[in-house]
Amino acid sequence: MRNLIDILDLTTSEIDELVAVANDIIESPQKYAHKCAGKKLATLFFEPSTRTRLSFEAAMYELGGNVLGFSEAQSSSSAKGESVADTVKVVGYYADIIAMRHPKEGAPLVASMNAGIPVINAGDGGHNHPTQTLTDLLTINREKGRFDNLTVGFCGDLKFGRTVHSLIGALSRYKNVKFVLISPKELTLPEYIIKEVIEKNNIEFVETTNLEEVMGQLDILYMTRVQRERFFNEQDYIRLKDSYILTPEKLENAKEDMCILHPLPRVNEIAVAVDNDKRAKYFEQAKNGKYIRMALILKLLEVE
Amino acid sequence: MTISPIENGIVLDHITAGKGMELYKALGLAELDCLVAVINNAYSIKMPGGRKDIIKIDAEIELNLDIIGYFDPGITVNVIKNGVNTKLPKIDPPKEIKNLIKCKNPRCITSVEQELPHIFKLTDSENKVYRCIYCESKAK
Ligand SMILES: [Zn+2]
Repeated sequence: MRNLIDILDLTTSEIDELVAVANDIIESPQKYAHKCAGKKLATLFFEPSTRTRLSFEAAMYELGGNVLGFSEAQSSSSAKGESVADTVKVVGYYADIIAMRHPKEGAPLVASMNAGIPVINAGDGGHNHPTQTLTDLLTINREKGRFDNLTVGFCGDLKFGRTVHSLIGALSRYKNVKFVLISPKELTLPEYIIKEVIEKNNIEFVETTNLEEVMGQLDILYMTRVQRERFFNEQDYIRLKDSYILTPEKLENAKEDMCILHPLPRVNEIAVAVDNDKRAKYFEQAKNGKYIRMALILKLLEVE
Repeated sequence: MTISPIENGIVLDHITAGKGMELYKALGLAELDCLVAVINNAYSIKMPGGRKDIIKIDAEIELNLDIIGYFDPGITVNVIKNGVNTKLPKIDPPKEIKNLIKCKNPRCITSVEQELPHIFKLTDSENKVYRCIYCESKAK
């Protein structure tokens, strides 16, 4: 039985398979409308994340399956002190597959060791969020048709942004990928990712604080939010935040076919005026999230 | 000062000077009822600083070699039977250690669920890096 806890649990050929199935679902959704009839997905959300939960639930409904679960810890048995292991052992009798969100790192791994049914990590604290990375990969595939030969810019909070860390890990397995890391000095990519992921895979990368300077090189621009609470003082935040807000002016030198991604929710890091630019793909990306989750559920349930 | 030779037992040699007591505790040697000697700052030609610690155990006990391999693969384990010394082959750092050290990451699931085993995996054998299987934090 398979689980998805970390994006690197999947080989590159398994990612290709999932992407191919997701593309086929987008092409002919009716073919998949009853694939999971009689199956149940349990969404165990120990902390709220409406967007991710709805994406999983919509995915299961579109496969003809059903959904049960809870959307915050207060309404679950963990509020009474039950362990993750005990909770999922019981859920394993009621459902066929679990999607779990939990504030503590490693909780979905504990679940996968105890549930007896496949477990999908729907986000564990600041640690992993593999279905977001799959969503990013599907979008890159649909927009670019490849994962190799790409210059990918990551902009904003690269220190704490787990979606950035996972996507870097996933893309580091392809040939001729180059990373451009754009962030304030306070929020640069952690040293261990540079050493253990990027340099280990001999990937070319540059670090810069200036987005406009590198804009023209990028095939993909992955935006993240620079959060106020990450800064020691207000002045630094105010001084820096505008440098990392994407506006139509900053896009002037960007390639015609560059693709702008963002894991959402957006606050103000991408000006609303950018939404009309044909390079803005972040809403497309959110839509893709449902299709890749459909493909993943089919794979883990071993539905043909 | 001399400590008499052992007829049957174990001698852990080439322990980094100052680390003997720590290893004594990690191996749970305080629970034994045989003679155990921890010798600090013994003279050594081989060791840096010319000093080493030694532990002598005057009984044939089962040692958890994983603990020694994790603690310091440079330690020499000598097993003595009827006065004859056999040096064990060099111990490799274990691939996995269970409940030997605790994950200190406050965001880790093990910080709230005390009954979970603390398991670390060797993720980089060259630099002897162990990471928590749950949160991937580096062992300190
Ligand atoms: Zn941990």
